[in-house]
Amino acid sequence: MSRKILLEHADVPGIDTFPIYRQHGGYDSVEKAVKMDPMAIVEEVKTSGLRGRGGAGFSTGIKWSFLDRKSNNPRYLVCNADEGEPGTFKDRYFMEKLPHLLVEGLIVSSFALGTHTAYVYVRGEFFWIIEALEVAIAEAKAAGFLGKNILGSGFDLEIYVHPGAGAYICGEESALLESLEGKKGYPRIKPPFPAISGLFGCPTVINNVETIAAVPWIIVNGGPAYAAIGIGRSTGTKLISASGNIKKPGVYEIDMGITVEEFVMSDEFCGGLLEGRTLKAIIAGGSSVPILPAHLAFKTAAGEPRLMTYESLFDGGFASGTMMGSGGFIVLDNTACIVRNTWNFSRFYHHESCGQCSPCREGTGWLEKVLHRLEHGEGKMHDIDLLVSISKKIEGHTICALGDAAAWPVVSAVLHFREEFESHVKNRGCL
Amino acid sequence: MPKFSDASLAKVKEIIARYPEGRHKSALLPVLHMAQAEFGGWLSTETMDYVASVIGIQPIEVYEVASFYTMFELQPTGQYVLQVCHTGPCCLVGADKIIAHLESKLGIKVGDTTSDGLFTLKTVECLASCGTAPVMQLGRRYVENLTEAKLDEMIESIRGNKS
Ligand SMILES: Cc1cc2nc3c(=O)[nH]c(=O)nc-3n(C[C@H](O)[C@H](O)[C@H](O)COP(=O)(O)O)c2cc1C
Ligand code: SF4
Repeated sequence: MSRKILLEHADVPGIDTFPIYRQHGGYDSVEKAVKMDPMAIVEEVKTSGLRGRGGAGFSTGIKWSFLDRKSNNPRYLVCNADEGEPGTFKDRYFMEKLPHLLVEGLIVSSFALGTHTAYVYVRGEFFWIIEALEVAIAEAKAAGFLGKNILGSGFDLEIYVHPGAGAYICGEESALLESLEGKKGYPRIKPPFPAISGLFGCPTVINNVETIAAVPWIIVNGGPAYAAIGIGRSTGTKLISASGNIKKPGVYEIDMGITVEEFVMSDEFCGGLLEGRTLKAIIAGGSSVPILPAHLAFKTAAGEPRLMTYESLFDGGFASGTMMGSGGFIVLDNTACIVRNTWNFSRFYHHESCGQCSPCREGTGWLEKVLHRLEHGEGKMHDIDLLVSISKKIEGHTICALGDAAAWPVVSAVLHFREEFESHVKNRGCL
Repeated sequence: MPKFSDASLAKVKEIIARYPEGRHKSALLPVLHMAQAEFGGWLSTETMDYVASVIGIQPIEVYEVASFYTMFELQPTGQYVLQVCHTGPCCLVGADKIIAHLESKLGIKVGDTTSDGLFTLKTVECLASCGTAPVMQLGRRYVENLTEAKLDEMIESIRGNKS
């Protein structure tokens, strides 16, 4: 069974309006939080084991405790709603359904962090979500949950929505900050980290939509209750965006720890493959993570069932595992071409590279070119190793992780599907 | 010379006030979106210069940003810009065919505008709509679960309204 923490009320008619949301327990966590010690909230989030849902999976409580509270500068909370990773559409779904839950999470998180201004950076294409969030913010403000002296606590907070304008790189947190300052989305060299010097040079916490949205439940029910869900260091629930060659694409909230097989095959989630098709590969965490062939999708190399957890998905490292990433789960069946899909992704990374560092700017272009010729029947056998060699020169040699994200899908595709690449050379393209 | 309406100018002021004193440059992306919507769907040099003067920054700061972000059009477009996603998940469920169909239906290639100035066809990267793929952006909304029939109907109805 899937437990619903984030999406419990997602299908209640009118839940996107303040009165209905409030009737269903909405904003209760704010009432509770403003009577707590802010540091106790940080501790509660630490205890919950909540990890960042934007892709890197870093402990949210620990990130919050790094925030420089001694600085004389204002502090900021920035919510990353740029959602650009191919295969990922959960934040969009969530904000369409439950804009108030994000606002509630932002209020409680801001109170814990002592920030009086929070910005939500929403990808620019989501015009209707930007409007919905602005309406939700205005409703919350009219009801006394935002603005000056929230619920008589003396705590002030304003939340502003800021639109992006079509650049995947602005999902990278330091590029996002540059963008929020009205500049090109060039990632910054770290350190300094945003917790010390972030937005406008001030201490800043950046969290994904889904991360912030988990905070109200944790405050109402307690960190230990959240930590009781899931397995090991993968606590709580996770929103998974399921797409590709499956019967029921969509966004599913899962308890971390269900098996990958159940997720793909059960009617409760993806609903299995289309009639007559067989599984070829999965990409479990958005386009940036290593692709896994069918025989490593449901079972690890050691033959254990593979679970939907950070650890189990990574089991085997880059030799036979992958990553949870953003939870963008793409299923490829026997009709899909691995070379074509890899070429497609490399075109994406080349297009989205900000161009600041040469290994990424040039390397992603070369990957795209070589993959293009392989897919179009003009490749040579040595091109296959060339792909790996280019990737290795990008990986770890760039300012931000987009370089790694461009390299991993290519290296893993060659590792697991070399025969398919060879067949493209021998047969001059797809069969 | 472009000029915002009074209501838009008030909105610009409100947007600038969202950011700390001296950080008015932060208003650039939101104001460029407004300008593109208000001044014909694209950003001419005059429009960008005007945005620079309204916010109080140098024109070069606007050019640099406008050319970095794909949502800003630096050339005039057709009245309806069909922005079809061509990233991996959409292609797994037929985006390539949809794009080919649109090219033949409109008689243009990706990147071009029909001679009547009605449609521009573009491809874009992932729109975060992979669960309802294939998908395209049309103005301020998405059209999801695209089929050839759905597109034909839409195009005919737009053409019908114009003639
Ligand atoms: C190229 C690139 C793109 C990213 N895109 C997103 C994104 O769209 N949304 C997001 O939340 N995080 C994205 N991230 C991760 C952020 O840099 C950051 O780790 C995250 O927003 C932190 O929030 P969390 O700790 O709550 O996950 C991206 C990272 C990279 C390197
Ligand atoms: S790795 Fe790529 S995207 Fe990241 S800063 Fe360097 S050039 Fe830009």
